[in-house]
Amino acid sequence: MASVPKPDELAKIDHKPPKTGWMDTPVKFRRGTWLYAAKPKYLEAIGFPNPREWSPEDEDWKLPPNWKEIILEGLRERLGRFRSLQLFMDTCVRCGACADKCHFFIGSGDPKNMPVLRAELLRSVYRRDFTAAGKIMGKLVGARDLTVDVLKEWFYYFYQCTQCRRCSLFCPFGIDTAEITLLTRELLNLVGCNVDWVMGPVANCYRTGNHLGLEPHAYRDMVEFCVDEIENVTGIRVEPTFNRKGAEILFITPSGDVFADPGIYTMMGYLILFHEIGLDYTLSTYASEGGNFGSFTSHEMMKRLNAKMYAEAKRLGVKWILGGECGHMWRVIHQYMDTMNGPADFLEEPVSPITGTKFENAKSTKMVHICEFTADLIKHGKLKLDPRRNDHLKVTFHDSCNPSRAMGLLEEPRYIIKNVCNHFYEMPENTIREQTFCCGSGGGLNADENMEMRLRGGFPRANAVKYVHEKYGVNMLACICAIDRAVLPPLMEYWVPGVRVTGVHELVGNALVMEGEQERTTDLRGNPLLGMDDDKNA
Amino acid sequence: MKVEDVLRQKKAAILEKWFQLLLDTYPAETSRFLKEEKNQFANPVGHAFYQGIEGLYEGLLQGLEPEKISPFIDKIVRIRAVQDFLPSQANAYIFLLKRAIREELAAELRENRVPIKELLTFESRIDELALHSFDIYMKCREKIYEIRVNEVKNRTAKLLERANLVLNLP
Repeated sequence: MASVPKPDELAKIDHKPPKTGWMDTPVKFRRGTWLYAAKPKYLEAIGFPNPREWSPEDEDWKLPPNWKEIILEGLRERLGRFRSLQLFMDTCVRCGACADKCHFFIGSGDPKNMPVLRAELLRSVYRRDFTAAGKIMGKLVGARDLTVDVLKEWFYYFYQCTQCRRCSLFCPFGIDTAEITLLTRELLNLVGCNVDWVMGPVANCYRTGNHLGLEPHAYRDMVEFCVDEIENVTGIRVEPTFNRKGAEILFITPSGDVFADPGIYTMMGYLILFHEIGLDYTLSTYASEGGNFGSFTSHEMMKRLNAKMYAEAKRLGVKWILGGECGHMWRVIHQYMDTMNGPADFLEEPVSPITGTKFENAKSTKMVHICEFTADLIKHGKLKLDPRRNDHLKVTFHDSCNPSRAMGLLEEPRYIIKNVCNHFYEMPENTIREQTFCCGSGGGLNADENMEMRLRGGFPRANAVKYVHEKYGVNMLACICAIDRAVLPPLMEYWVPGVRVTGVHELVGNALVMEGEQERTTDLRGNPLLGMDDDKNA
Repeated sequence: MKVEDVLRQKKAAILEKWFQLLLDTYPAETSRFLKEEKNQFANPVGHAFYQGIEGLYEGLLQGLEPEKISPFIDKIVRIRAVQDFLPSQANAYIFLLKRAIREELAAELRENRVPIKELLTFESRIDELALHSFDIYMKCREKIYEIRVNEVKNRTAKLLERANLVLNLP
């Protein structure tokens, strides 16, 4: 009984935040908010430094003795290599335009989630060691020494950024917080402070080509599973090919579409579409992952993982690459691939074999987004669609951060949805298109141990979904990103029960009338189509 | 004068004070944002909090049943259950209403224009709300862990099924 607090102790509930300034308020690692440390085997597999067993909760992070020199030298080197970093460190005038735009700040109320302050965590160290004013005047000019507490703070807050770049949209200088986050994570990697949820997929992807480490036979088997399901619903057996040399097109999609619910229904949508238009395409069991967790790790790792796309396209001798519904994969392709691993001069400028449309926007990367491809098919009247088959769904569309902000893909998914669904409702304008709110779990944050943090970060998005759910009865949230498809269902379960999640091509798969198909009584998930229940009862 | 009548008259001032006390549980920069940004999509937390306390206050005045009041508790607690608060801190917002009322009614109480007994009865209703708030807080916390467990299970369910490692009875 000795440990039971007395009434007067119980009454002392301090519900006020600490009064110390941000520099003097060290991080508390409270469970539910941080990610597990990377297992040594993953770091060893990719040759990353300081593999060891440790936990962010531990007092001693088992850093190398000269960790401070390693970080500062790493920062010096990156300032030289990336002019952008130097600019981002010097140009911020702390105008505050970004401050209230971050979903993590909005949802958590933690000021260190303001993008300006998140960057300041790094900038304060930059000032101390790399500017004359900071060296002389220190704290007076916002400079501080790099200490273990600062390093822990970096780890905590740079794994609370999903690299969604909403803040950058509002920055008058265009400071790209995703770049600052990536570069700070690079510095953390130098001393072995990385997270399991990112390094596991990176190591797996490096070895087998996909995040889960599915080997070729398993990958093929999972696709065959989709083929069986399609046959159950449509009566038609589609026949995808694997690693087929001489195919016209290589199709690459996130592995989440192949093994995860509800991604597999999107996969079924692709397969149905390709079968119906008679596309000459192949899947690869090596380029079996569109996602690139290297882009949450370091520039070098991003390049290493991305390289397999072109390598495989070259090996198979295809003309061009078609890419599935993925988020950060498209940022990597659109903003990095061409300069990292290009030029892909062994590929041809993509042309749709069905419509003859030249995808001039992909002239350089040789990789076309599935939504551009399908929208073009619909525009040319090449698909027979019955949108009534989606009448049981009231759909809204979540612009996935990277396709919208990093490649400007705003109209195509909406055009497709409006052609395959009769009930489509937009969320409020300051939560969609370029201003879209992140799912809260991108950037390698979609683990389960940090669920609270994910629910905080996803709240602004969920709040807008809740609005259309209550106003129009929206029950389906469409998106074009595999991480979205994985993380929005739990987000909806907590904030907006009654709303499910779909890829755009699942909706296409439902509506697409296939030649010789049996009468469809269910959608791809096996849910009865509207009116079908009544018919049976009648 | 009945305490309910005074509370109705002073509703705007009491709500404002309660709202401010609730916002003061956040750092100053955050509190400012939660108060000043009026767009409900740009500031979903501030918006939900205000709607929540307004509904709770009205519910208390009208003596509504707990099930009618609980959606307003939910608006506030669902958010605070995932933020960086201890359970006591997350639920403390209810008791801040007592403080707001006592401060706003200080003159009336001093001059005995409001019977203290009536105020105490009203405050007991606030205490009851706190218990309901704790129930909803626990439901939210349980939900978080349920979601976590389901996510871990779902992650590999399809793979196991396909590899014939799980038996699905027809």
